[in-house]
Amino acid sequence: MSVSKLSRILGFIAFLMAALVPQFAAAQANLEINTPAINGIRNSMQARYPQMEPLFASGAVGLTRDGMVAMRDANAVPLNQRAAVNALIAQENQDRGALYREIARANGHPEWEGDIRSTFAQRWIARAQPGWWYQDAGGGWKKK
Amino acid sequence: MGGGCVVGWAVGMAAAALLSGCVTINIYFPAAAAEKAADKIIDEVWRTQKPPTSPPGDTAPAAPASKP
Repeated sequence: MSVSKLSRILGFIAFLMAALVPQFAAAQANLEINTPAINGIRNSMQARYPQMEPLFASGAVGLTRDGMVAMRDANAVPLNQRAAVNALIAQENQDRGALYREIARANGHPEWEGDIRSTFAQRWIARAQPGWWYQDAGGGWKKK
Repeated sequence: MGGGCVVGWAVGMAAAALLSGCVTINIYFPAAAAEKAADKIIDEVWRTQKPPTSPPGDTAPAAPASKP
């Protein structure tokens, strides 16, 4: 095989790589989060937040390491309100699961759901207010 | 002839490896973009970004009220 043939092949490889790199850059730029499904879930979570906020603040409810919310201290909730709080937690988690699934789907990669969930898990905790509770990597509750 | 075949085979393998690498990178999870998207949604759900019109609205009525 001649040197010129080898350099032609290498040139072709370089061309293919150059053609693929902009696609990679475009894919990195932004994730699609503006779809009717995602906006609907976001609005539902936004509407629930005024009820969730005091539960986070009192430590009754905490942020889990898998991007959900969970009852952390049931004693912080009066007995007659516990069923309502549990229902609120279930609704919030249903929305959160749907949100992660829909973002993965909207971007054409349903297999990203787990990665999106763990990204959100980290960001919910990073942006939580001081005094709120969250689960660390080992699953133990910690106060921010 | 034998040497040419080996070089051709090596180049072919290198090309295959490079191209499969490209494809893998291309569908790799975009962690930075996901973090940005998560922050945007969290801001909206928790309303952590205060509306820019609110501070002037709060201070404007307070100033004239104390004058007389």
